[in-house]
Parts: sequence; structure tokens; C-alpha cells
Amino acid sequence: MDIPTSDIHKMSVEEFDTKKLLINAARQRDRRKLEDVLIVDVDCHHYENESLRDIIQYIEDPVIKQTGLVYSGSGTGAQSPLIPGVVGYQDISGRVMRYPLRKLEQTPADGTHRDIHLSLKWMDAMGVDYVSMFPTPMLLLGLHPQPEIEVAMSRAYNRWLVEQILPQNERITSMLYLPFNDPEASYKMVRDFGDKPGVVGFSVVSTRYKPVYDNAYMKTYRLMEEMGKPLAFHASYNWNDPLLGATNRFLITHAMGFTIYNAMHCANWVINGLPERFPKLKVIWIESGLAWIPWLMQRLDNDYKMRSSEAPSLTKLPSEYMQDMYYSSQPMEVPNDLDVLEMTFKMIKAETQLCWCSDYPHWDMDLPSVIYDLPFLDETAKRNILGENARKLFDLDVSGRFPDYAPPGGGTA
Amino acid sequence: MAREIFVAKSDDLSDGERKIVPNGNSEIGVYRVKGRLYAYQNLCAHQGGPACEGLLMAKVEEVIAEDKTYQGMRFNHDEMHIVCPWHGWEYDLETGVMVADRTFRLRKYDVVEKEDGIYVLA
Repeated sequence: MDIPTSDIHKMSVEEFDTKKLLINAARQRDRRKLEDVLIVDVDCHHYENESLRDIIQYIEDPVIKQTGLVYSGSGTGAQSPLIPGVVGYQDISGRVMRYPLRKLEQTPADGTHRDIHLSLKWMDAMGVDYVSMFPTPMLLLGLHPQPEIEVAMSRAYNRWLVEQILPQNERITSMLYLPFNDPEASYKMVRDFGDKPGVVGFSVVSTRYKPVYDNAYMKTYRLMEEMGKPLAFHASYNWNDPLLGATNRFLITHAMGFTIYNAMHCANWVINGLPERFPKLKVIWIESGLAWIPWLMQRLDNDYKMRSSEAPSLTKLPSEYMQDMYYSSQPMEVPNDLDVLEMTFKMIKAETQLCWCSDYPHWDMDLPSVIYDLPFLDETAKRNILGENARKLFDLDVSGRFPDYAPPGGGTA
Repeated sequence: MAREIFVAKSDDLSDGERKIVPNGNSEIGVYRVKGRLYAYQNLCAHQGGPACEGLLMAKVEEVIAEDKTYQGMRFNHDEMHIVCPWHGWEYDLETGVMVADRTFRLRKYDVVEKEDGIYVLA
């Protein structure tokens, strides 16, 4: 495969192997003895569009299924009836080469799904024991103008995942996609899939415009709270959003887009007192990095002190509710002055609330070393963030990898 | 005293090409660009990616007219960048300095060309 470059010297690549690409990650793993550390990745991805034909077989609505079969068969040109497209080039115009090269990677034809093979390759290279796997193009499904398509696609995807993929390897789990534009369908999703093996929670892609405080969602939150399943808000972006449409570089729309939707939903969640209504429902904010959290904490606290009459359910500061929430680390902003990051960790109570994630194979992925190498964390904090916090959040059985697992710093699993 | 690591015979590293050679538990990327040889450790200063296995790209510049209006972008082929394939960090081929934050750099090695081939001094 030739990758066009700026020069006459195009890059020619004959083969691609994740294991080779990540050989320096494996060296980091060995140098830090990460094989001895429980590492749970709360946010990684696969490309479910590569299995679209299989997923469509699970669509229950016959009309939508027929449309999907046409699309996944001969194709319908540039349009997709099922997953909305959005402008973007996360691969930095080919510079992050695993995007164009992934199709060259060979996997064994042994009955195990290709996505399992690919996932285990990078997991083993990094020293990751368990993952919560998310889709990729479906992160834009919440922008589909037809709610029934979001319902049909997400339900088919979840069924395919639960029946075909997750049973193949216990190291791969998922927080299933909720079709949030249809509250009733979201409720049914939790009810029907909440107790399936490998389902460690549910997720809402935050790039959407339905408010989390809508009464229509309350029974879903209550059900999840009763089932002990965490709710994740997973960030993405929408360059067609009127606000982000005023940005002219992907850098900006990514930096802002992956934070503002989560920030908006988080503010709504806290100020409407949902933590008071669902005190045992665990909420995690995924793929917005960390820098937005101190910003939102300070903004909400400052306004709340002047306008508490607009948030009468609250019994403590907004930032204190946010300290009870969970956060995924990636893409972790690493300022040259690490004091800034240390203060962020302190503000979010990272030792108990932060969960490392890689986001692999996406362009701004993080390795476990971003946490393990931080000079201001002790060994217990590192191990909590890399795995223990997620183990507790997901109530994850890790005996398959660590038969005699003991939480860092003492205590029982 | 620096150890000489054989890279390639001169004819086997054409202009615009790159070769990765092992160096203990790491590698060194050796480039020949516009007649000159460069060698850097295959280790990105960011998260440790194999920087030398990525693309070699010309610097991208904005074209700003005298009236300060934006006129587009162009490649500046006088400044080539080594691009780490993990995350896209870019390094100036001439110096190994990271172009977006000059406090970072690739480790640079001397490289010599002899009658029987190209060597890195590691």
C-alpha cells in the first residue's frame, strides 16, 4: 500500500502488524513489570463497520433491515442510511499510519472474530488485562435524524456483541450503547441486556442534544442503579454542530468537541440534582481528558453560590458531586508543568475516581505509562488508576488473570 | 568510544529512503535526504512511539498575504519532518527538535559514509 506524502517519496508499506507497531509499548510493559499490575482499560474501540453485514442480520425491523442489507451488500454510493457521517480526519492526513494500514493486518481464520484477535494483540503489547470496548462510527449514531434507526442499529449491535463477540473472550467487555434519543428503547435495552455476561454497564454517546434531566429517563437511571450497572457518557464530536461549525481546523473541533458535550451533560446532571435522586448510580465521563473538570467545577461552584435557588436539590457544592463521579483519563493532557496535572488529580480525587484508558486504536491513544510514570503518584494510586478503580466500578471478576488478586494497599476484592 | 553500527551499503540507501537498524534494545532510524545523512533513535519523546517508522513529511505552512489575509497552506520542502506514527508528533529532520514544542527532541546520532557503506556511531 502506498501512503501519499508531501514529497515524491511516497511511503510504501507491504504489511502491517500491531505487535510490531507496539514493540516499544511492550518494552515499556516489561521495564515497568506491568504484567504484575491489574490493568483495566475502560475505553478502547473496534471498527464495527467492518462487521456491518453481520450486525445488520440482527436488525429486528424488516424495513430497516432490508435497507441495511442493500447498503452493506452492493452499497448505495457515498451515503449511509444507518450511520451518519461527519467531516473529519482523525488520522492527521495519514500521519497516524495505523488508520490506512489496518486493512493490511492479517489475523488467523480460526473461528475467533478478527476484532478479538486485533484487540488481544494490542492489549498484550501494552500489558492490558481487561477492556471495555466501544464502537467507532456508531459514536455518531446519536446524530441520526431518525430515532428508530438509532434504536434498530444499537439493538442489533448490542445483540451481535453479546451473542457473537463477548462470549469469545472474557477479557473483552462492553458498556452497551443506549439509543438515548428514544428513552423507552433505552430502558428496554438496560432491562434486556443488563444481566448478560460481559456487559459491565451502559453508555450514552454524549454528542447529542437530548437533556439528561428529562423525566423520560428517570426509570432507566433507576433500573441501572438497581442493577448496579454504571452509566458512561462517551464523548465524540460533530463538526456540523452550529458552534463547532465556526472552527476551521480539526484540532479545534476535536479539542472542544470531545469536551463540551460531556461538560454540558455533566452540568445538567449535577445542577438538576440527579446525584441526589440516584445516589448509588455510578457515572463515568469518558474520553474528554481531564482539564475540563477543574474548569467546570469552578464555574459551577461559583455560580451555584450566587444562584442556589436554581439548584434546590443540591446539598453540597457541584464540585463535591463531581468528585463522586468517575473519569476516564484519555486523552490525558500532560502539561510541561506537572504541578497543573497534580492539582487536577487532587481536585477529582483521582486515586479513587480516575480510570485509565487507552482509546486504542484511535489517534490520541494513551499507554499505561502515562499514569505509571507520574512522579507525584505512589504505587497504590498508580495501581488504583490503572485497574483497581475500574475493577470496582464494573464489579469485574479478574480471577482469570489474577487468581489471587488483592487490591493495592490492602483490603479484599 | 562510539561503536560503529553498519547501516547499509551506500547504493542501498537511496535519496529519500530510510533504514532502521537495531541498537541493543532499541533501534536507530537512518535517513538520506537531499544527499545528507541523518540518524535518530527510533523513540518518540512523547509516549515512546517508533518515531522513525512514520512518514517523512514536509513542513506545512500557512500562506498569509501582505494584507494579513489567509490564502491557504503549502508544503515547505526545505524543512522535512519525521512524523511519529503513534500520535503524529513531528520532528525537524535537520535537528531532531520537536517542532510544536522545542523542549523535546529525538536523540541524534552521528552517521558516516565510508567506502564500504554507511555507519552510525552509537
